[in-house]
Amino acid sequence: MSMTIDEKKAQNAALIEEVLKAYPEKTAKKRAKHLNVHEEGKPDCGVKSNIKSLPGVMTIRGCAYAGSKGVVWGPIKDMIHISHGPVGCGQYSWAARRNYYIGVTGVDTFVTMQFTSDFQEKDIVFGGDKKLEVIMDEIQDLFPLNKGITVQSECPIGLIGDDIEAVSKKKSKQYDGHTIVPVRCEGFRGVSQSLGHHIANDAIRDWVFDKTEDKRPDFVSTPYDVAIIGDYNIGGDAWSSRILLEEMGLRVIAQWSGDGTIAELENTPKAKLNVLHCYRSMNYISRHMEEKYGVPWVEYNFFGPTKIEESLREIAAHFDDTIKANAEKVIAKYKPLMQAVIDKYRPRLEGKKVMLFVGGLRPRHVIGAYEDLGMEVVGTGYEFGHNDDYQRTTHYVKDGTLIYDDVTGHEFEKFVEKVKPDLVGSGIKEKYVFQKMGVPFRQMHSWDYSGPYHGYDGFAIFARDMDMAISSPIWGLSKTPWKK
Amino acid sequence: MAKLRQIAFYGKGGIGKSTTSQNTLAALSDLGQKILIVGCDPKADSTRLILHAKAQDTILSLAAEAGSVEDLELEDVMKIGYKDIRCVESGGPEPGVGCAGRGVITSINFLEENGAYDGVDYVSYDVLGDVVCGGFAMPIRENKAQEIYIVMSGEMMAMYAANNISKGILKYANSGGVRLGGLVCNERQTDKELELAESLAKMLGSRLIHFVPRDNIVQHAELRRMTVLEYAPESKQAGEYRTLAEKIHANAGNGTIPTPITMDQLEDLLMEHGIMKQIDESQVGKKAAEVA
Repeated sequence: MSMTIDEKKAQNAALIEEVLKAYPEKTAKKRAKHLNVHEEGKPDCGVKSNIKSLPGVMTIRGCAYAGSKGVVWGPIKDMIHISHGPVGCGQYSWAARRNYYIGVTGVDTFVTMQFTSDFQEKDIVFGGDKKLEVIMDEIQDLFPLNKGITVQSECPIGLIGDDIEAVSKKKSKQYDGHTIVPVRCEGFRGVSQSLGHHIANDAIRDWVFDKTEDKRPDFVSTPYDVAIIGDYNIGGDAWSSRILLEEMGLRVIAQWSGDGTIAELENTPKAKLNVLHCYRSMNYISRHMEEKYGVPWVEYNFFGPTKIEESLREIAAHFDDTIKANAEKVIAKYKPLMQAVIDKYRPRLEGKKVMLFVGGLRPRHVIGAYEDLGMEVVGTGYEFGHNDDYQRTTHYVKDGTLIYDDVTGHEFEKFVEKVKPDLVGSGIKEKYVFQKMGVPFRQMHSWDYSGPYHGYDGFAIFARDMDMAISSPIWGLSKTPWKK
Repeated sequence: MAKLRQIAFYGKGGIGKSTTSQNTLAALSDLGQKILIVGCDPKADSTRLILHAKAQDTILSLAAEAGSVEDLELEDVMKIGYKDIRCVESGGPEPGVGCAGRGVITSINFLEENGAYDGVDYVSYDVLGDVVCGGFAMPIRENKAQEIYIVMSGEMMAMYAANNISKGILKYANSGGVRLGGLVCNERQTDKELELAESLAKMLGSRLIHFVPRDNIVQHAELRRMTVLEYAPESKQAGEYRTLAEKIHANAGNGTIPTPITMDQLEDLLMEHGIMKQIDESQVGKKAAEVA
């Protein structure tokens, strides 16, 4: 570790050169724009992003349907989300992303159930609108406590010209203004799941906000109303975040969208402040609420005590002195608890190198949590981040960090092989590749069936899990039989 | 048994494809050929003159009723008409919904899988208007129609469609072996129609197979849901269709890879024959008032 920063940069630059050599000239030229070594002081990470993936490279990305159904709409627990089209898309996204929720599944909440129109050949040829009507009737009949329905379009819907808007309007009228939302998130739209988030945000604007004004006149405001935006409650993340806001004396009137309800969505324009965790997937609706309803929004980061402290102070700064004082009390209360966590794990994790590749937020957001444990993130990148994400990333990464946008299978494998990190944090598709290479790995989309990782409670679990991955004795026992 | 010949009739909507094809196929069956007609138009009007029926139950409507196309038997969808000509209609959705192109693909796959082509000498596909999407190109893909006959007239838009269809044929010609059998001009009595049709055929690298003159007897027969061959076998018009049938029968293996032309070339062709005047570029986009 005695390498100077310039040596490190030169080494990373050479690594990028080497990795690109495997490609045909045209591919190498295109991929070169997505790979870089971060230079401190630059306004962004110097990579192109949100561009179509190249054929043949094994991108890690998803589709617009995944962004809408899987991320934004799916966790809203008291609505029924129809995967509209052939059965596969719904089947393989069944049970959602571990978006925890409270409720009786199948009675008043439906997150882990799968509803699909299961398109057959005849539905493609003759159109699926009539079938969709029947499904909505059946839903109303079988699940009378549902508070709304969304239609999550799969690819064929946009190809055969089905009029899901007309069906939604007709059925909403038939069921006394029941919220029914058509979402045009056909998988072929856009370059990744990112456009699906945007489309889903727009559907909330057009089919929830614009259709339900004054639907809840009984709502009583307080000066301390906030809404959590962009927390999907993976493994309970939103819960371990919410309690901190509540301890500060704020009232959380909505969770978007983990463990969230349609009523919470409808109430959100009445919040005094929207606190935004996942900027990438929900900045659109936050900006809209600011423009239309005058609700300000603030980004926050609840990964690791350092960032949590900063964020609690920043949120409190939007309120009066009572809240500001409360924020300090919360910080003081948890400080010794966090110190105990750090004292326990830091000695075992100090100096360990991490490489990340996640979706649109965590590639920067979790860096602080690793640093609280004395670890160093030496490479990071986004599946579907945009340039504004790479701008925000500059506040987190160190000079000389390896940056890779929409990384390919080949690039990621080579980078890890050469950089030799002590831990890789990415998704299920990447997990076994790296574990077979003998590199400790944690899934950073699903928290590897653990969590929560947000908030103070989450940090204790995060620290334990990272230690568990890295310090497991298994790595000392794995030997490559042909390399002896 | 002679090798199965698969042909298809394409052309602009309303040009008389179904009428021309049914009359020609009736004449072919008079020559002793065993024929299967596959209607590939959601309107399902490709077999009515053979069957004397308004509209035949289509593969897709029966499949929708039964649940899926796998639930159908060949006997359910195939009707036998004039001179034992076998008839099927693909059918499709109402205008404005669903995907008719996918319907054509589904139907043709069903027919092939269920042996509809066994024991016939000719399979003839009658395909709607223009090649608007991949589904309607199904009959010109690999191992389907070997020869395409384009029904056209001396009207600008009919020739434009003929050129477009040639583009579709060209696309599949090298991979699948489909060829342009030739043009069939269905007389509209436009100026210099024969010359124009011959010139277009030449430019497309093909030939005018036959010029079918206009005769009201065709309409008389149609009102009775019959082909002219059946309605008035001794008529002059029946003779025309017999000639066309003989020419098509003798045309096996003579198809060509078409050489589609540009819009400019097509306009030049019309000007050459005096149908269209030279366009004065300074007048383009000028309203009547401005010109005056």
